[in-house]
Amino acid sequence: MNASKDAVRPLVEIRGLTKAYTRGKQSVEVLHGIDLDIPEGDFVALMGPSGSGKTTLLNLIGGLDSPSGGVLMIDGDRIEEHSNNELAAWRAATVGFIFQSYNLMPVLSALKNVELPLLLTDMSRGERVRRAGVALELVGLSDRASHKPNELSGGQQQRVAIARALVSDPRILICDEPTGDLDRKTADEVLGLLRRLNEDFGKTIVMVTHDPAAAKYAKRIVHLDKGTLVDEA
Amino acid sequence: MIAKYFPLVWGGLMRKKTRTTFTLLALMAAFVLIGLLQAVNSVLSGGAGFLGVNRLITQAKTSFTQPLPMRMLPQIEAVPGVDFVSHSQFFGGVYQDARNFFPQFAVNPQRLYDTYPEWVLPESQRRAFISTQDGAIAGKLLADKYGWKVGDIIPLNSFIWTKTDGSRVWEWRLVGIFDGRDEEWSKRANLMYLNYGQFDEARVAGAKGLAGVFVVSVNDPMQSERIAAQIDRKFENSPDETKSQSEQEFQLGFLKQLGNIGFILNAISGAVFFTILILTGYTMSQAVRERVPELAVLKCLGFTDRTVLGLVLAESLLLCLLGALLGMLMASVISLGIPPEYPITTSPGVWLFAGGAAVFLALAVGLPPALHAMRIRIVDALAGR
Repeated sequence: MNASKDAVRPLVEIRGLTKAYTRGKQSVEVLHGIDLDIPEGDFVALMGPSGSGKTTLLNLIGGLDSPSGGVLMIDGDRIEEHSNNELAAWRAATVGFIFQSYNLMPVLSALKNVELPLLLTDMSRGERVRRAGVALELVGLSDRASHKPNELSGGQQQRVAIARALVSDPRILICDEPTGDLDRKTADEVLGLLRRLNEDFGKTIVMVTHDPAAAKYAKRIVHLDKGTLVDEA
Repeated sequence: MIAKYFPLVWGGLMRKKTRTTFTLLALMAAFVLIGLLQAVNSVLSGGAGFLGVNRLITQAKTSFTQPLPMRMLPQIEAVPGVDFVSHSQFFGGVYQDARNFFPQFAVNPQRLYDTYPEWVLPESQRRAFISTQDGAIAGKLLADKYGWKVGDIIPLNSFIWTKTDGSRVWEWRLVGIFDGRDEEWSKRANLMYLNYGQFDEARVAGAKGLAGVFVVSVNDPMQSERIAAQIDRKFENSPDETKSQSEQEFQLGFLKQLGNIGFILNAISGAVFFTILILTGYTMSQAVRERVPELAVLKCLGFTDRTVLGLVLAESLLLCLLGALLGMLMASVISLGIPPEYPITTSPGVWLFAGGAAVFLALAVGLPPALHAMRIRIVDALAGR
């Protein structure tokens, strides 16, 4: 798991970013000209009340949605100009996703779930299994490789999801309320794991959370309200 | 390359095991029916191709049940291109019990050998059949079935022919047991030939000198059509007008007396196919609707819209092909139990038809949900919209 440092240019550069949704005949703007830089190796927590636009911003940074206006540059690449297929390839190579409800494939074992992103590569089956095994080991679940998600606890499922996010060695981890469904103790274990990935492996992490205790694990907290950045700590 | 996605496709199929199992059973049942119906249909529409291409059957123009006078035989023999002519009269007898019915034909032995070289029997038995007035030869399958051996007297109760003494029971001396010259004909050796001598002599006066149909062996199959037309022209406007056709057409015509079976079979196959299309289509749509968030996650991970479309189509294809395979295997097993006189087998052509039907079904039921899966917007699906 490599981490290349670029002292000059931030990994994520956002300038005047807007996003509007059409509801019926009305267009509703949910992000109003966001400006934000995220250097490589940063750990940013996006906080704000419901409807503030933090998940929308996270989705844009993760290449899951396209902005209505502005510039969204990641590692010098203007991803808002990419086609759907280009974005899919870009996500596979650059971003790992961690969701609140884990979103594992219920019919696949932990190992097969972790192997999923590698199916999109030219790797041999042996290499895919080896890498998935390493990722599971990293999150402390190598002894649960053959278990299906419903045979794992919530914390274990989230750690499998983290292993899946890590296995293709992405530069950015996008986390949407990663501890929202977990108890405090398990949440702290998962957040500790994310901090380790950030500090030891240099992964850039952007995390949406409502939980101030979770946000404390981040290096930076950015507050949004009504689609605008209001505060940074 | 595609094999690496198999666990994902198989996993999608096995997500609801009970539903998939019932759908597979329904598909299997449908393909058992389709397989067997198409096997019957292929026999009706040309599957009797093993019958001689160099033989014509000349029957009365009105119906094959109407006899023709024996005096026509030399006139047919004189038609250019005709090698041999034999005559054959359906006897319609039962052995011991009405359930023991099998085809019997009264024939001239020598003429039978000339026109049906496919039947083989020892030379001594051939001669015995020619020289024994009340002689009969039985196919090997038939002889094995009833445990007959040469020398046995076989009483047959004819529901068509009465003897001059008013009796319907005819006794035949078994003088030979014949077999087919190859596997195809061996499977059909379950009929009996009776010497026309005793038959014609003993039947009531009004029926004497009549043949059922004439079997015409031609020396060039390419000329069959011309020869058939020439024979029919010869008897045009006579009291005994004829209809000559290939042996294959005659056999199919016999079966088609029951109606347009081909159309009925195709209609049933179509109805079965339509039913299974609706059922499988519902299953596939339901399966994809339940998995919208999972498909959105695949897209998050970098799976393209086309890859997701391909995964759903592959799932549909796997389901339909598996159901078709199980159904066709079952149909093949069932067809093995069908008596050999009905040559109904799941031939490569029937398998090809079933394979094509399965692929068409997979595309028809898989494409709508696959397109839906392809168009899923990740953010909407993850937000549960």
